[in-house]
Amino acid sequence: MNIAIALDDEVRREARPSASELGPAPKRIVVGYGFWIFLLSDIVMFSAFFAGYAVLAHATAGGPSGMQLFSQRSVAIETGCLLASSYTCGLMSLAIGSRRYAATYLAAVVTFVLGACFLALEARELAGMIAMGAGPQRSAFLSSFFTLVGCHGLHVTAGLLWLVVMMAQVAVKGLTGTVERRLLCFSLFWHALDIVWVWLFTVVYLMGALS
Amino acid sequence: MTDTQYDRAPGDASTLPDVERGTSSGALVYTIGLVLAMVLTAMSFWVANTSLLWVGGVSLGLTVLAIAQMGVHLVFFLHVTTGPDNTNNVMALAFGVLIVALVVVGSLLIMADLNDNMMPAAELMNLQMQH
Repeated sequence: MNIAIALDDEVRREARPSASELGPAPKRIVVGYGFWIFLLSDIVMFSAFFAGYAVLAHATAGGPSGMQLFSQRSVAIETGCLLASSYTCGLMSLAIGSRRYAATYLAAVVTFVLGACFLALEARELAGMIAMGAGPQRSAFLSSFFTLVGCHGLHVTAGLLWLVVMMAQVAVKGLTGTVERRLLCFSLFWHALDIVWVWLFTVVYLMGALS
Repeated sequence: MTDTQYDRAPGDASTLPDVERGTSSGALVYTIGLVLAMVLTAMSFWVANTSLLWVGGVSLGLTVLAIAQMGVHLVFFLHVTTGPDNTNNVMALAFGVLIVALVVVGSLLIMADLNDNMMPAAELMNLQMQH
């Protein structure tokens, strides 16, 4: 009886090969997974900046502290912009999946505008701080703050450039397999940036306003 | 053979290429994610500004809310699931989270410990706090 069950089990397992027995995975999976690994390494890099910031957060050297510098209103607007652009980026990948070009362009434009709004607000905030004499050379706290927030801002800038390039590719080449894979990587990148921003506004802006 | 499957690419939803249905339910997933993320963000800002809560617990609350929001982003925007076609993505993510936790918690612990041990007579020479 037991043997019969074991054999039956064996047969069923053979009829259903696992993913590793199917041969090389499709390119979309390989590319997506590779980019996933890159994103995780990028997040590990961010974690080092976060750790540096957390250690130096109180090292203001007599200069202004976070409580005096941060405006929660502009941070809330920035957060809203980035979250909404992450949402429209998701809608864009749905439009790509169903081959709707007009919807793809529309979602891409909205994503770009929201991302640009975020970047403009952040640039204004940082420029205002530098104008007040609270630039990155003022204290260790401000150095780590500018490094962390500036690094995220650079990523957003790169993402916006990437989005423009991808839309040009969609216009010229159409939604070929290659273009579609690049767009998959872009949406992963954009969502990951939003996750980093969640930690940024929590750790830097909200916790910074506490003490 | 239809039940044999490759792994799923990170960020891909599991919906099969039934275009009409896939799109509307996909948009619904993103919308749910957006609403949840907005609620959690609003809660974070409220928790940071309210005077109703005990001050010592506020940063813990903010951390919990951030973790929850990260989960919302992962599930509703990046479509991470516990399904067998997603094991590789989840394992890579778990490893990344482990390294991140080691770097952040380790740095904070070591620096706090150094700060305690190296403090001379008064806070006079506390290098970390003054520069």
